[in-house]
Amino acid sequence: MKSGSAVLDYSRPKSLDEALRTLAGGDWRVLAGGTDLYPVAGPRLAGPVLDVTAIPGFSGLSGDQDLRIGAATTWTDIANANLPEAARALQQAARQIGGRQVQNAGTIGGNLCNASPAADGVPPLLALGAEVELVSAAGTRRLGLQDFLLGPRRTALRTGEILAAIVVPGSGLRGRSAFVKLGARSHLVISIAMVAARLAVDGDRVTEAAIAVGAASPVAVRLPQVEAALVGARVAEAALRVTSADVVASLAPIDDVRATAAYRRAAVAELVRRAVSEALA
Amino acid sequence: MIAFSLNGREVEVEAPPAERLSEVLRERLGMVGTKVGCDAGDCGACTVLLDGASVCACLTPVAQAEGRKVTTVEGNTPTLARLRAAFLAHGAAQCGICTPGMLMSAAELLEETPKPTADKVEAALGGVLCRCTGYRSIIAAVVSAGQEALAPTVADGVGASVQRLDGAAKVAGDSFGADAWPSGALVVKAVRSPHPHAGFEFGDLDAYRARPGVAAVFTAADIPGRNAFSVIPPFADQPAIAASPARFRGECVALVAFDAGAEPDLAGFPITWTPLPALALPAEAEVGALLHPNRPGNLLIEGRVIKGDAAAALAASAHVVEGGMTTGFVEHAYIEPEAGAAWMEGETLVIRACTQAPGMDREDTAAILGLPMERVRIIPSAVGGGFGSKLDISLQPLIGLVTLKTGRPSRMIYSRHESMTSTTKRHPAEMRGRIGCDASGRITGIEFEGRFNTGAYSSWGPTVANRVPVHVSGPYFTPAITARARAIHTHGPVSGAFRGFGVPQGALWQETLYDRLADKAGLDRLEFRILNALRDGDASATGQVLRATGIHDCLTALRPHWTRALAEAKGQPGRGVGVASCWYGCGNTALPNPSTIRIGLSPKGEVVLHQGATDIGQGSNTVIAQIAAEALGLPLAAFRLIGPDTGLTPDAGKTSASRQTYVSGRAAKAAAEKLRGELLRRANAGEGATLALEGAELVVRDRGTTTRIDLAALPPDAHGHSVTTEASYDPPTTALDANGQGAPYAVYGYGAQMVELEVDRALGTVKLLKITAAHDLGRAINPMLARGQIEGGIAQGIGLALMEEYLPGRTENLHDYLIPTFGDVPPIESLLIEVPDPEGPYGAKGLGEHVLIPTAPAILNAIRHATGAEITRVPALPHRVLEALEGRDD
Repeated sequence: MKSGSAVLDYSRPKSLDEALRTLAGGDWRVLAGGTDLYPVAGPRLAGPVLDVTAIPGFSGLSGDQDLRIGAATTWTDIANANLPEAARALQQAARQIGGRQVQNAGTIGGNLCNASPAADGVPPLLALGAEVELVSAAGTRRLGLQDFLLGPRRTALRTGEILAAIVVPGSGLRGRSAFVKLGARSHLVISIAMVAARLAVDGDRVTEAAIAVGAASPVAVRLPQVEAALVGARVAEAALRVTSADVVASLAPIDDVRATAAYRRAAVAELVRRAVSEALA
Repeated sequence: MIAFSLNGREVEVEAPPAERLSEVLRERLGMVGTKVGCDAGDCGACTVLLDGASVCACLTPVAQAEGRKVTTVEGNTPTLARLRAAFLAHGAAQCGICTPGMLMSAAELLEETPKPTADKVEAALGGVLCRCTGYRSIIAAVVSAGQEALAPTVADGVGASVQRLDGAAKVAGDSFGADAWPSGALVVKAVRSPHPHAGFEFGDLDAYRARPGVAAVFTAADIPGRNAFSVIPPFADQPAIAASPARFRGECVALVAFDAGAEPDLAGFPITWTPLPALALPAEAEVGALLHPNRPGNLLIEGRVIKGDAAAALAASAHVVEGGMTTGFVEHAYIEPEAGAAWMEGETLVIRACTQAPGMDREDTAAILGLPMERVRIIPSAVGGGFGSKLDISLQPLIGLVTLKTGRPSRMIYSRHESMTSTTKRHPAEMRGRIGCDASGRITGIEFEGRFNTGAYSSWGPTVANRVPVHVSGPYFTPAITARARAIHTHGPVSGAFRGFGVPQGALWQETLYDRLADKAGLDRLEFRILNALRDGDASATGQVLRATGIHDCLTALRPHWTRALAEAKGQPGRGVGVASCWYGCGNTALPNPSTIRIGLSPKGEVVLHQGATDIGQGSNTVIAQIAAEALGLPLAAFRLIGPDTGLTPDAGKTSASRQTYVSGRAAKAAAEKLRGELLRRANAGEGATLALEGAELVVRDRGTTTRIDLAALPPDAHGHSVTTEASYDPPTTALDANGQGAPYAVYGYGAQMVELEVDRALGTVKLLKITAAHDLGRAINPMLARGQIEGGIAQGIGLALMEEYLPGRTENLHDYLIPTFGDVPPIESLLIEVPDPEGPYGAKGLGEHVLIPTAPAILNAIRHATGAEITRVPALPHRVLEALEGRDD
């Protein structure tokens, strides 16, 4: 049935050039793991669909100074990779996104392009200072992740452009990190809120702090006031430097079916303390 | 053409590249072992392996399978074989709908970790939801599959943990409602109201009918019979297809039948909606416009129980507590959305669908379609979970109408969204009242008022309104009670039957109040319950003098656990221990509730059990056969099961109210005893004789005399058997009078559960540590299946307490509507208490609903013990717990 038209509806290019040529010629939906596209597709996934999972170099992790993660790298591959301790939060998140089935198929690039306020991959990447590499027929550009995510379901991706990779600069790979996720059940849960904390330490002092929170604002955010308060703190006292006022200053939580805004404000402060403690443990 | 390896065989398939792999497997390759529960990656039922890695087939474009290895539950690997055996040995498959997904996830795990720990299993299988088992038996099965193989149990008869007789099918991918259909069947889709209350007008239906692929369109005007049904016929008010206005979001207003292979797309269906004011809450509805003109105040019914003078008793009480409890809509969330197929066999309309009540389906469908009952045959498919909602008809009259009108076979599969929006829910309850006790802690009286949101139509609202006052004392001696429960119509989803018929809501109210009352009386909370527990000879709230009352035994069985748990929790911040009880009358409330079972010996020497009770996972296929085998005196291995099928089995009533083991079990026992008597008579043997089957010969041995009856030589009867008997059983009950006095049930079951947990005081989250469950089931016909019921009921109780709330328009999927996952159900220790009831078969009582009732209140009581926080609204989501905690801190 209808196989002729269907072929035109679906492209699975074997090279980046082919993908970009295809993309330039129409309004394609980019598909990788399918874990975000199919749930909202209804009975059929409407095309045209550009499947990026066969493009060489689009999946896998690499790099010496920087860490480069192909956009089509699955969460399972990220969880199983041998990464610096600064990326531990990312790996912890990778093991809590959906179940194994979703981790085996779902990709880091898809998580970013889907731009859900509750995307578990985003806070760890913000805490790493990650950038995104966007490619089009016109060339390549890089954006900080915070500039790529514009709002719920909105990104800076332009027509004809594709997210090729996530790049963590060497500076983001210092220290150790932790990810703390809060939900009303243990598996398969959309976060009420989640926190990633990355801290670098010299002696018994915190020298660098990157704290990011998701599901408590339209887009996940870093908490600059909390970070400033943490820098210079003694390791043993660091978590005590996290004040609720500093935490909520950067947040704009809402009431939804999972929790109230007031609860999110209270809970996030606690989650930040726990993430800081775990990262320093 | 897309080519891949499927279970080791190379296949090529013509399919759109973006088509879901699940759809390609099922619809194009006929491999229906892979189940579809949500089409959204939320349930994991469709899990298959892609090059050994688990993926949701519903999220996988078939194009990505190109050149790869796909393994499904139809595969035959040594790992899958080990897992199947372990699942059967541990009772890890109940309804079986999640089993293929569980098996495939477990297979992935065992390939990488051959001997996993329980923690590893829990983490690895966390992507698959199960609504029946409570997960613990699945964890045990997968752990054991990594160990030495177990010798299968050989025991037989009553009291043996026989593996499910339908188990082999369950672990192979059983045939559910969506899994069989006549070729060329029309695909039926329903047009449903997007509004809770709305008028509607159709546009040019004829133009829509003329679209390519559209075979037929039907509306309420096409219903040939009475377009009103209810599970309780005098209340019949729900249309199969609504005429304007629609009274709830998700109500069916039209049907479109598409040709097989056409795109079943409802886009562009000509309908114009006019939203109307909707009544969401009972308080508004009591003073609002009427949903049904003959029901003033939108009151469907009020149930009441009045004994003694409760107000005076409370006034004279040493201690009185007063309080309220509020609950929300709860969704059954079985993993199998409603599905079925219909076709004509001569003049007979045949409907094969998932159901809990084939007899009622037949009556309602015949009435709606204007057919005599003889022209409707209902064949229940395997049922992928029911829990009460599949008692009501759903798609049966819809596909029946299409097939009847077109003469063509048809089929229908609800989407998850459709299943959640259009089928029944647990009643939201707003309850308030007072309970008193004397200075020694003996309960003196209860006043209770409950308002239950029954939604747009009657369904089981009357049953809930009647059951709650009867049970709301809990299993405690209560000299004086005034209890009223009103079922109020709103424009909410239809509230119907859900495991416990309102009793779990009532127990949340009464059991949390009893904890406060025990504190006031200065008694230990468990000892307070033991002191007040009903005993043999006590009169219940309805004045029924009770016997075989097992609650005292259940509570005392918890004593050593209670002492240990309190000692362990002492001084541990956030740790708490809670207890709650249940009782539950088995079968219809004060109404006839018969079952009939037929049993025969075939000319080939098989015992043929015509068993019309639907097994929705609870185990009646096995338990009823065990009872029959015991009564007949022949081994289960000689049995062949027929049915359920209204064409082949007598009516065993519906699978509800925890009645099948008791009521159908009694009928099976009677039928088997009758058969045994007939065989002994023919052999001229005495009661003590033994029976054996040797091929087609029945061998009767009686004190040294052996008689052989050649079954093949006997003339076959109307059923094709050599000998057939049939027996019915109807529980002896009496009607309730105007004050709710009488003997509404012949048998009650009892139970008590103890919860140990830890509350995170900063986040309001609750971690369950252990649940100890003591249940009096009279006689454990099959202890393994009984434990499975307990664990599964507890899981649903956990959901009720901590996470489940159906909000129309907002939680209509399985990622916003949360049910417990692996990791949310702690280790469970089941204590099977056997206080035999003289009325039950071999003393057996019902169990299926009892097991859910104590869990949620025991959790709330443990939270209060841990923190002092009094939760008066469930689910106790983290933000509500934190609010309650902060209330304490002020």
